[in-house]
Amino acid sequence: MDTSRSYLEPSSFSKKLAATIIIVYTVITLIPISWMVMTSFKNVNSAISYPPEVLFEPSLEGYVNLFTNRSRQSQEYLDSLPAPETWYEELVRSREMVITGPSKFLGRYSNSMIIGFGSTFASVFLGALAAYAFSRFRVPLKDDLLFFILSTRMFPPIAVAVPIFIMYRKLGLGDTHLGMIILYTVVNLSLAVWLLKGFMDEIPKEYEEAAMIDGYSRLQAFFKVVLPQAMTGIAATAIFCMIFSWNEYAFAVLLTQFNAQTAPPFIPTIIGEGGLDWPAIGAGTTLFLLPVMIFTIILRKHLLRGITFGAVRK
Amino acid sequence: MSKIKIVNLQKSFGDFTAVKNSNLTINDKEFFVLLGPSGCGKTTTLRMIAGLELPTSGEIYLGDEEVGMLRASERDIAFVFQLFALYPHMNVKNNLSFPLKMQGYSRSEIKTRVEEAAKLLRIDHILNSNISSLSGGDRQRVALGRALVRRPKAFLMDEPLGTLDAEFRELMCLELKKLHINIGATTVYVTHDQLEAMSLADRIAVMDGGEILQADEPSVIYNKPATKFVASFIGSPGMNFISIDQGISNEQSTLNIEGTNFNIPKQYEISKGKKNSFGIRPENLSLTNEGGLKGSVFGVEYLGSRKIVTVKTNFGEIKVKTDISTSVKINENVQVKPSNDNIIIFDGETDKSLKSEFMN
Repeated sequence: MDTSRSYLEPSSFSKKLAATIIIVYTVITLIPISWMVMTSFKNVNSAISYPPEVLFEPSLEGYVNLFTNRSRQSQEYLDSLPAPETWYEELVRSREMVITGPSKFLGRYSNSMIIGFGSTFASVFLGALAAYAFSRFRVPLKDDLLFFILSTRMFPPIAVAVPIFIMYRKLGLGDTHLGMIILYTVVNLSLAVWLLKGFMDEIPKEYEEAAMIDGYSRLQAFFKVVLPQAMTGIAATAIFCMIFSWNEYAFAVLLTQFNAQTAPPFIPTIIGEGGLDWPAIGAGTTLFLLPVMIFTIILRKHLLRGITFGAVRK
Repeated sequence: MSKIKIVNLQKSFGDFTAVKNSNLTINDKEFFVLLGPSGCGKTTTLRMIAGLELPTSGEIYLGDEEVGMLRASERDIAFVFQLFALYPHMNVKNNLSFPLKMQGYSRSEIKTRVEEAAKLLRIDHILNSNISSLSGGDRQRVALGRALVRRPKAFLMDEPLGTLDAEFRELMCLELKKLHINIGATTVYVTHDQLEAMSLADRIAVMDGGEILQADEPSVIYNKPATKFVASFIGSPGMNFISIDQGISNEQSTLNIEGTNFNIPKQYEISKGKKNSFGIRPENLSLTNEGGLKGSVFGVEYLGSRKIVTVKTNFGEIKVKTDISTSVKINENVQVKPSNDNIIIFDGETDKSLKSEFMN
């Protein structure tokens, strides 16, 4: 019998098995994502060629198309123009087109940013305050209220799409940033309250008491002592909220058209000549992935600690 | 520094009364210990003085000001928590300067005060350390430092040595005492450990069931306990009690137990009923061959310089602290006799000690 290792440690076979499963799973998950990234670097023809091309000559056409509006021109007109000044003008000219202006993508993308980060901030901020109150104070009907808050997540949000649509039209909140921030915040808030309450419960109340003795009011103690210690929970909650509001499609389609339209309903509508412009859609989706990816990587350390929180006493 | 006075203080949580109608005066610069078993209301009393709990009724004076209903932040007191409650996201220096920042001191003033406190507590070499890297003793010192940088009106401490191991606790006990002599701050200290209380306190209040049973100097609490509870709680082991089925009359000076006459201090009070008890500390008893209560040796504990012999008698187990040279065997028949007149009679109905020549 092998006595060199502790009984608590898994055997090398089970470690290898676990590693294999993780690798296989990772590869399967990455296939569509890498296909999307590849598509973004193809040109229109190779993107839809059959059989699909795995090896291809990379091109930035998709990205150029994503950010610009173009129109096809006759060869004589193109010849009459001065030489292209930038690499992307040259690329567009080679396709016998000229750039007529920037596309709507950047605007949609910044709408996504404003609404995504705005609602994440609002959910976490309000959620933290509510969670703190539920955790520390004697709130009448506390358990019922908490259940009521959770019950808002028991049906798919889209089930209330019609009343929300009518309500938003009456209130003038349709197609506004504020309207979308409020909507996503409302959906995320129940999750935020429940997640954060767990974290707040774990923070000993002596810390705030010490701060109050040290001359701080309860609210100051909350910001200076409780919040920094709840960072793990806040990071985990923020990521969940961000992922939801960043990816949300159904309400965005329903409630936004111009002003506040986010990237998800916009990207699939990018139309090139004679059909959907797949490289541009690929480019848009790739760029769309980045913020959540970066956000998650930055908060990764907290997230991991957040998920396993409470498993081991500090 | 100020004196602290609590008047008719009461605290109820729903149906449960944690502190009953308590009155106390803690003098300026005094080291005052609230002592009692867990759940006796000592921590609740302390938290009310701190402003972490609001009293149900009664008044609390800090100096001449009535502070009962003020917030903790408005009272100018410092509190040392059992688990220290040092802010884990700040280093030692920031923990120490945290209370000063709120009071709007200048940067240089804060620096001077923090360094001063750090030097006093010998933590000046770890000012830039993280809290999580500190040992229990250093955490304790930082917690004390955070309390004293502000020079508050009073220090309140809730079992601050409770989490330290025995050896270190003794050391910190000594340090605390020194620190107290050094800065002369009014201190209210809560503990369930009577040895800690005895060694630290100028005066002790013994609490049980939400009531203050006795508040006095350690020697008085030990030698002249006001109630049977105080007598049994203080001392290690506690006082021996022998139930007697006879009333006590004024001027009585002997007591007949099992046919033997024992001299007792002249009594100045008449007992209310006929069921009383006779209390005597283990060190005031000796083992003899005749003229005492008959029993057999049940157990012997060696304490180094002394030994404690437990004798099984018709009145239950009686503990006797004897000289180390006394040799007894288990099951040996012995007799137990008072060696002096430090004897207290407790009234069976009120559990209070009766007045006597000794208890004067």
